Amino acid sequence: MLDIRDDLKLIAEMVEPNSRVLDVGCGDGALLDYLAHTKNVDGRGIELSMDGVRQCVAHGLSVIQGDAETDLKDYPADAFDYVILGQTLQAMRQPRDVLGMMCRIGRRAIVSVPNFGYWRVRTQLLLTGRMPVTEKLGYQWWETPNIHFCTLRDFVVLTEEIGITIEQSRIIDRAGRVISRAHSGFANLLGEQGVFLLKRDGS
Amino acid sequence: MSASPTAPQPFPITPAPDGPAPNDQVMPGQRVRLAVERPMRLDSGIEIGGFQIAYQTYGRLNADKSNAIFICHALTGDHFVVEKHPVTGKPGWWEMLVGPGKPVDTDRYFVICSNVLGGCLGSTGPKDIDPATGQPYGLSFPVVTIGDMVRAQKLLVEHLGIEKLFCVIGGSMGGMQVLQWAVAYPESVFAAVPIATAARHSAQNIAFHEVGRQAIMADPEWRGGNYLLEGTRPEAGLAVARMAAHITYLSEAALHRKFGRNLQDRKSITYGFDADFQVESYLRYQGAAFVERFDANSYLYITRAMDYFDLAADAGGSLANAFRPGGKTTPVRFCLASFSSDWLFPTSESRAIVHALNAVAANVSFVEIETDKGHDAFLLDEPEFHQVIHGFLEGCAEHRGLSVRRRAR
Repeated sequence: MLDIRDDLKLIAEMVEPNSRVLDVGCGDGALLDYLAHTKNVDGRGIELSMDGVRQCVAHGLSVIQGDAETDLKDYPADAFDYVILGQTLQAMRQPRDVLGMMCRIGRRAIVSVPNFGYWRVRTQLLLTGRMPVTEKLGYQWWETPNIHFCTLRDFVVLTEEIGITIEQSRIIDRAGRVISRAHSGFANLLGEQGVFLLKRDGS
Repeated sequence: MSASPTAPQPFPITPAPDGPAPNDQVMPGQRVRLAVERPMRLDSGIEIGGFQIAYQTYGRLNADKSNAIFICHALTGDHFVVEKHPVTGKPGWWEMLVGPGKPVDTDRYFVICSNVLGGCLGSTGPKDIDPATGQPYGLSFPVVTIGDMVRAQKLLVEHLGIEKLFCVIGGSMGGMQVLQWAVAYPESVFAAVPIATAARHSAQNIAFHEVGRQAIMADPEWRGGNYLLEGTRPEAGLAVARMAAHITYLSEAALHRKFGRNLQDRKSITYGFDADFQVESYLRYQGAAFVERFDANSYLYITRAMDYFDLAADAGGSLANAFRPGGKTTPVRFCLASFSSDWLFPTSESRAIVHALNAVAANVSFVEIETDKGHDAFLLDEPEFHQVIHGFLEGCAEHRGLSVRRRAR
């Protein structure tokens, strides 16, 4: 039960014990369950898929069926200590708005994103001339739920533009090992994904 | 037609000093007279005292009285949740969900269900004898609301010595009562499970209820509500009301699967108005069975209670405010469930409640169950729904510090 995805483990490390957490796109609730049992977190979730929601609620987790892009606006400001979005930003129609809302309703937001600037992705496109398919981006172009790809650098630029501070970052490789604790050109090339702890400027 | 005096005034439900009410002899279960010392004020402003509430309990209350689950029944339901119904002989209406080892586990929880105020199976309602006149109340019974029903339930819970319910759970009208419990008594409810319900009765729902009421009132045997006194029974009207309502409880898919356009006991249509189609015969049966167990005036009163329900209106027009008692987020943990083919209380109604709960950052779970069985699905075999209820209660029990399941056998 307590074995969770690498990026989720990194996310969990950023969460203070006894805090209030909203996990957006919580899937089967693995992270919420982990946080509840290891950090005594008061956790909530939003999940689009009914299967995921049923699994979560049947396991005693507080999860609602809903769409982050329409439902996050309901929550009041600072309703949570952390709002988490794991590997889902790239599937949002309006990732910029979602990030903004996360940082409004959470004192902190934690986001993990796949890196389109990862060297394997770059070389696939360069050498084969076709859209890259990797473990973390495992879909053909015509079937992917991911519609807004970004590189880690793109992500950092966006946070600057919308007034969000990156308090911490962890860039990880294919095996889930942290290769860098901060974003850099080097990390943007070698990292397969990044995990970021965010807060709005001035908060 | 006015069912109650327009100006607030004391309503003379004086407690019968001793001895059971007229319908007591036939009904099993427990009953209690409430508000005897101090009358209870209804939403209409009328005060009633010494009314009777019939109820059933299952399981055992634990030492610190923290394991009580209150079940709220639907419009035409009653307090016979688990056992054989004393009138129809059918199994209890929630036998699939409630019992030893079931999602609402009576080995573990103390379950209470009461017949609503205004009902006709043991709780004081329009068919009971007004001690002041010695005649049935009929339409002189005061109009009751969902709030009044819940007020009476609260008195019952206090009578049982329970300060805080572990959970309040119910579907349809029962779901409205669950919401009302959570809003009126947030400190007395740990968890709330409103199922297939809404924060207000929609115009369409009121319209259907009005059809039912008009069917009853159009029956010449109704006699202006005085049928008990005059020795008649508005069975035709009540049966039609039930038939119309029953359609709203199903879905087109469920009706089609069950009956399609199949003919009843015949090879071809008769070019007449017999029940040629199976669906007609089925509805006639539903109507006929209903009049056996339900009182027509009670039906008028209880449908009215649902029509009047509007949680947002009671909170100054904002549903979110209803869940922010005293400016603070409700402490109640919610789990809402809806059914995809329910067009009487569609998922959008549940979602509106979820959005209001999100707006105050309340603790809420919400599941829409995929099914073609319509509104009635909450009474039927829906394993995923039952799983959700079980999981939610387990999770809450953990938070409430209720000991883990121990089967005592």
